[in-house]
Amino acid sequence: MTEMTLVQAVNRGMAEAMRADPDVLVLGEDVGVNGGVFRATEGLFKEFGESRVIDTPLSETGIVGAAIGMALYGLKPIAEIQFLDFIYPAFDQIVSELAKFRYRSGGQFPCHVVIRTPYGGGIKGGLYHSQSTEAYFCHTPGLKVVVPSTPADAKGLLLSAIHDPDPVIFLEPKRIYRAVTGEVPDGDHRVEFGHARLVREGTDVSLFAYGAMVGPTVEATESLEKEGIRAEVIDPRTLVPLDEEAIVASVEKTGRAVVVHEAPRFGGFGGEIAAVLAEKAFYSLKAPIARVTGYDTPFPYALEHLYLPNAEKIATAARAAVRAS
Amino acid sequence: MSAAPPIEPLPYAEEQAERILGAEWRAIATSAYRWMRVGRALDGRMQALQRQGRVGFYGAATGQEAVNVAAGLATDRDDWIFPGLREQLVALVRGHALATYAHHLFADDRDPSRGRNMPCHPSAREVHYVSMSSVIGTQISQAVGLAYALRQKGAPGVSLAFFGDGATSSNDFHAGMNFAAVWNLPVVFCCANNQWAISAPTERQTAATTFAAKASEYGIPGRKVDGTDFVRVYSMLRGALDVARTGRGPVMLEFETYRMTPHSSSDDPTRYQPSDWAMRAASHDPVARLQSWLTALGVLDAETIETIGRAADQQVRAAVEEAEATEPPAPASLTEDVYAPLGSRESPGTG
Ligand SMILES: Cc1ncc(C[n+]2csc(CCOP(=O)(O)OP(=O)(O)O)c2C)c(N)n1
Repeated sequence: MTEMTLVQAVNRGMAEAMRADPDVLVLGEDVGVNGGVFRATEGLFKEFGESRVIDTPLSETGIVGAAIGMALYGLKPIAEIQFLDFIYPAFDQIVSELAKFRYRSGGQFPCHVVIRTPYGGGIKGGLYHSQSTEAYFCHTPGLKVVVPSTPADAKGLLLSAIHDPDPVIFLEPKRIYRAVTGEVPDGDHRVEFGHARLVREGTDVSLFAYGAMVGPTVEATESLEKEGIRAEVIDPRTLVPLDEEAIVASVEKTGRAVVVHEAPRFGGFGGEIAAVLAEKAFYSLKAPIARVTGYDTPFPYALEHLYLPNAEKIATAARAAVRAS
Repeated sequence: MSAAPPIEPLPYAEEQAERILGAEWRAIATSAYRWMRVGRALDGRMQALQRQGRVGFYGAATGQEAVNVAAGLATDRDDWIFPGLREQLVALVRGHALATYAHHLFADDRDPSRGRNMPCHPSAREVHYVSMSSVIGTQISQAVGLAYALRQKGAPGVSLAFFGDGATSSNDFHAGMNFAAVWNLPVVFCCANNQWAISAPTERQTAATTFAAKASEYGIPGRKVDGTDFVRVYSMLRGALDVARTGRGPVMLEFETYRMTPHSSSDDPTRYQPSDWAMRAASHDPVARLQSWLTALGVLDAETIETIGRAADQQVRAAVEEAEATEPPAPASLTEDVYAPLGSRESPGTG
């Protein structure tokens, strides 16, 4: 075990995977000499050289398109997109190509690429350095979508992503890149996809949160606790594949559900969790399912603190759910 | 009936043919002619079947056979093909069985891509013919990535990106050309300029003098080639492949051809093509040009031509018959291959 930040864990995961397998390489804007604008690739250029830590021209479609071609010939590329907000020039490559290669070729051309990208608000990044658009990717069969919330999960999930046979969108909560530190297992310690993490056990209400929203959600449970409300917190960790079993089991126990995410509410991933609960845990529900989310607006700059869910909003929703019955 | 158009003969005397194609020039050109007739026969038959409602869709490559056959013959086993919309014949020449391709066209149970794509979108890994989507241009930057992998693994192959004239306006044309040049990769960019992108003629696609001219600003040598002249296409491709293979970086070739059919079975070109287009196109028919040249040089006679044509028709008929009699894919296949089977860790490898 070593204590480190989330971004260090990402870095450690890549470095170890690259040491173990010469087919693993990294490409993206400013990932080489500069070590990445968030320093996620710090030191990799020096250790692995320019042919495996590739500074690309400024084109996201080029980065993902090239990564796809590399993967088709057996390399294991990790493509860094500098911010999720800038992934859209590559959206076509991701949803039309990466997600569909295996299917459209009858399994002849599996295409395993990991796309790592910092996402989310809370860093005063305005409209174009803050968004959480995980739902776009979750809506595309063929992709896996992963969001770690702790350093240990960041490394463990990233190692699983690198060794997964399918394409993975790996969303890194940049707001907590350095804000959280934690013990991270040394060596090739992987966290399997499709297994939610029970962050905190409780009996009265289930709070579902991922990425940078896990922090404020846990904070909310502390004030709820003082009022005698024991909230459970579940972090799905991988949105695709989703651990429906854990989500349903929690609500069967608590009878109440609050889903938290930074993204806008309408069409957001929270709707999917709510739908799973409506389908599979309906008779256990004692209160309407609540969502605490960003507003249905573009991401604001000056008023970001109003836009983002926080412990208070989450606690209010949880309290209302408990009081409803 | 309009009169047969005058065919522009290929301008090579025997010595020139030998100098360009090598001592085996007769065998190469004859083999090319056979393949071109297979392509032509397939296009004719499939378009007819489409009109009869027996196959869902078809996109012909009529008029572009010289490029496709030359690419099939000029490339090595180690090379990789990233097709545009009309390069299926490249796969066949490289060894993908016509019978298998027919199963794809009929989207049946024996289609290697399991009936998931529209016709004319085959995947043929065994001949390094990469799975294509319908999205114009995306394969171009992918071809560049594969070339990177070839170099990274010390493999001798070249990656060939095929695309139409319309695709030169796409994001991935720009990204792919730029990345390949910056990284000095073994890529041959092949622009199959059939002068139309559905209804858009070349002057609506670019204000550049030629598509090949775009290459130089990326730092890539670009040449415009008569794409209906098999000998010229073949030799230019060999040259470009040699440059790429020997570490001298990417090359772009623009093959000018004449689209001799509608864009696809869903298109009506009378709405936008000038009335004399078909006539002009026919005078540049690559099959007729090769045939008249080989006849003039005494390599082929009328009887051999007849035999080759009949063999091509028969091959196509047999393949189509078998495919048409095959069951559609099993319903369970609908949900397979979205993700790897649970627990599998396979890597596609390099083959
Ligand atoms: C990104 C994208 N836009 C539009 C289309 C619809 N479409 C299919 S083929 C085509 C024209 C392609 O022209 P070109 O690249 O010259 O190839 P050609 O069909 O002439 O071989 C268009 C617009 C598409 N398939 N993909």
